[in-house]
Amino acid sequence: MEIIRSHKKTALEVGSSLSLYRCAPHLEVRLDEFELYAIDRLRVLKGISDGLSRGRKPDEMENVVSELWKANMRHPDPSQMMNKDIISHFVLRLVYCRTEELRKWFLSMETTLFRYRFRFESSESQRLLMNEFQLPYKALNLAEYEGVKDKLFQVSRSMGQYSNVDTTFFKVPFEEVPELVGSRRVFLLKGNAYVAMNQAVSIVVSHFRSNLSKALVLTNRKWTSTIREQEKDRLTPIVEALSSSYLGPDYSLPNEFAAITLKDIDQLANSSFPLCMRHLFYKLREDHHLKHRGRMQLGLFLKGVGLKLDDALAFWRTEFSQKVGNDRFDKEYAYSIRHNYGKEGKRTDYTPYSCQKIISSTASVGDHHGCPYRHFSEESLRAALAQTGVGGRALDDVIDKVKHHHYQLACTMTFEAIHSTPCDTGINHPNQYFTESQKLLAPKVIILADLEIFYSRFVISSFITLFQVLTS
Amino acid sequence: MAMKGDLDGPADMQIDGYVQEPLPPNELIQEFNSDYLKVYYGKLFPYSDIFRWMSYGNDGKHPAHDQSYFCRREFSFTLENDVYLRFQSFKTASEMESAIKEKCPHKIDIGPVYSVDPMKRHSYSQAGNNVFTPVERELIFDIDISEYDDVRYCCSGSDICLDCWPLMAVAIKVIDTALRDDFGFNHILWVYSGRRGVHCWVCDSRARRLSNEQRSSIADYFHIYKGGENSFKKASLTGPVLHPFLARSYTDVLVNSFEKNLLLSQKIFSLPERYQKILDMIPDESIASELQEKWQGDRKSSISEDVRWNQMKNLLQSGKNKTTCRCRVFVGLWKRLCLLIPTQELTWRHVSKHMNHLLKAPFCVHPKTGRVCVPIDPNHCDSFDPTSVPTLTKLLEELNAGSMKSEIEDGMWPESSNFHGRDFRLLGYKVTEYCNYSVCYAFNPI
Ligand code: SF4
Ligand SMILES: [Zn+2]
Repeated sequence: MEIIRSHKKTALEVGSSLSLYRCAPHLEVRLDEFELYAIDRLRVLKGISDGLSRGRKPDEMENVVSELWKANMRHPDPSQMMNKDIISHFVLRLVYCRTEELRKWFLSMETTLFRYRFRFESSESQRLLMNEFQLPYKALNLAEYEGVKDKLFQVSRSMGQYSNVDTTFFKVPFEEVPELVGSRRVFLLKGNAYVAMNQAVSIVVSHFRSNLSKALVLTNRKWTSTIREQEKDRLTPIVEALSSSYLGPDYSLPNEFAAITLKDIDQLANSSFPLCMRHLFYKLREDHHLKHRGRMQLGLFLKGVGLKLDDALAFWRTEFSQKVGNDRFDKEYAYSIRHNYGKEGKRTDYTPYSCQKIISSTASVGDHHGCPYRHFSEESLRAALAQTGVGGRALDDVIDKVKHHHYQLACTMTFEAIHSTPCDTGINHPNQYFTESQKLLAPKVIILADLEIFYSRFVISSFITLFQVLTS
Repeated sequence: MAMKGDLDGPADMQIDGYVQEPLPPNELIQEFNSDYLKVYYGKLFPYSDIFRWMSYGNDGKHPAHDQSYFCRREFSFTLENDVYLRFQSFKTASEMESAIKEKCPHKIDIGPVYSVDPMKRHSYSQAGNNVFTPVERELIFDIDISEYDDVRYCCSGSDICLDCWPLMAVAIKVIDTALRDDFGFNHILWVYSGRRGVHCWVCDSRARRLSNEQRSSIADYFHIYKGGENSFKKASLTGPVLHPFLARSYTDVLVNSFEKNLLLSQKIFSLPERYQKILDMIPDESIASELQEKWQGDRKSSISEDVRWNQMKNLLQSGKNKTTCRCRVFVGLWKRLCLLIPTQELTWRHVSKHMNHLLKAPFCVHPKTGRVCVPIDPNHCDSFDPTSVPTLTKLLEELNAGSMKSEIEDGMWPESSNFHGRDFRLLGYKVTEYCNYSVCYAFNPI
């Protein structure tokens, strides 16, 4: 495989590996790589999406991104790293170009990814990358600089900085840097924003974003007009499977556990649900009913662990119909379950609840939602824990934590007692509890079962040239 | 009132910040009636100017003009019985004129320019993929005096008087200067809304093409006051000095207007519950309590306004954290004076952020007050008097007085309708950029 780099020689020369993804790679890709690369990149994007929806701060996000990148996008052959980056990006373009909602998600995750990767670059390669965008901004010359120096200094002091007045400044139409304008981090004069070198990231990112946004629309057109039909026996099924199997859970999970099915659910509830979900689950089985907030808490959790909509509907129907009948279930309850799954766009409302949210919720008598460590009496908590097999010293330790209001710590200790393994990260999300547990209990779930069906349909070494696909 | 993406949903769309208001008192009703309005639309409404303005040079008189431009603009009419007609559009000035004359709308709103003629939007809807979408829209601001209620003491709600007008004037000056000097816009029209606020239309072609994100960034640039009342102490100004925009607004406009007008008219320092709000903003508690003691002991409130103000200024200037103190007090003044962003999301931020919002057209007559929505010259906004704006009745009386009956041409305002020392006739003047016409209205100083 040749390495594509001719269009970005300059930044490469200084050791940059950041691509602007300006044109589709000319190289041949093996069908299995096509897929695996895409999945690896999706893990990164999902991780970013998760970090954002959990409200991670920029410096935390920086770590998140760099860890995700290292974990998923490395390639044993260093010369292939960049190819993997580019190929996976273009595959996902295909996958995510197909609806407005998919495009929006992809655009925002890729932009975030790019933003942080750009920040990791040296300032020299940042400058070269800016050149490659062919941004028409010139650095201020001395005379211009002298004319506005005081104002520039004033702006940086207003942000509590004293140092950056000596760096290069660019004159940029204010429309290009809405972020900087909105937060008053630039000096504005007659429609131009005076952007310091270290703020350039904002400019580059907005260009990256708008280029990608346009490209996605174009790809979408090609997809609907030609590619989908032309590739109906080869790429189309893969592309379609890639988006549907990974868009489900908002809570990002390692792909291995991305789906659970109805027949496993009882066993999983027993082995890997945290106490809050376990309680809801058994109450539901027992009463064939849960109140609204309980349904939300459990329902979103189940969605997060990968229960598909159809299964979810079947699951709730089985229980509720025993109490209220099928008709009433369909009329009054089914809608909200579908709703939880359907409205992906408004992510915040429909992501699985975190511990913090659950713990801070209010629950009164007759409610089953909430966190047992926080909302149960000591007596019921002891009983519930005993059912999971926690007893003796461990049980007392847990209760002790609860008494000091360390609910999540109590939950972490329960986890450790049940799994006999330390859990250093601590528990802060029920879905994380589930994932950690599954990692320990079910290390070898078959990942790509779905995909193998595809493979069997093709010769495995069938080659694809994305460039041809995308420009046909 | 966040905007819905659904352009077809008039029910979701709040226009111009109006909510159902109680019936106006009797004397106001007399200022306004449909018969008068008919005459107004028949004789005085400046159709050709509005057409010329809204065409931006695409009016058939220039090479390479876009003939479809004007008819892709949405107008909407609110009729007498609250019937609300959206997505009206017109091919020519005379088509617009006859529609307005025929329907006699109590209110005319102007929306964005769409990708296709809004009247025909349905024939495109089958095509899918958002063919019908707003493509151009003036950058608009809608500032409402009732947002200032917690800092003005002369009126409340929808009333406005000469004592609180300076608040508006400050807002106009601050925004107008920033739009010109910082953002480089030139074609800016300020209009009195007829009752309790002002509208600002930024018409430069560059402004009309801003994306929603860029619009919000401008709104945020003016947005100084984040969070609720309690966030004074941790206001968004972190650094030791102010951003040049804020510094300029402070020294050029705020302090001045405060000392000249508002200090006295709003009596901010004479009553404990009023000055307490200011003292609460001083981060250095020793200064705050020193002032408080001084003022509490001194009950002669009649003379104390500027004395106290000076006391405060001097103490702050000598304090050990004087810069931080200045910043904090600045925030307070800002809130008190030009109050761009009070505690809740402001109407104008919504208006300015989204392309597909409607805003009342200039030269409408406000149905509650009968006042005409006349332009305001930002350079003379201090002397603008909202209470003596021409009203429908006044204009018609003059019209009927017969002095000029025969000579009146359509769209020509009666010579005698002098208003606040200025001739009130329209001036449409040509502005250059790319040979565009952008018609701005201004007062012609006598
Ligand atoms: S700590 Fe979190 S995961 Fe554990 S029971 Fe409470 S809410 Fe559930
Ligand atoms: Zn007043």
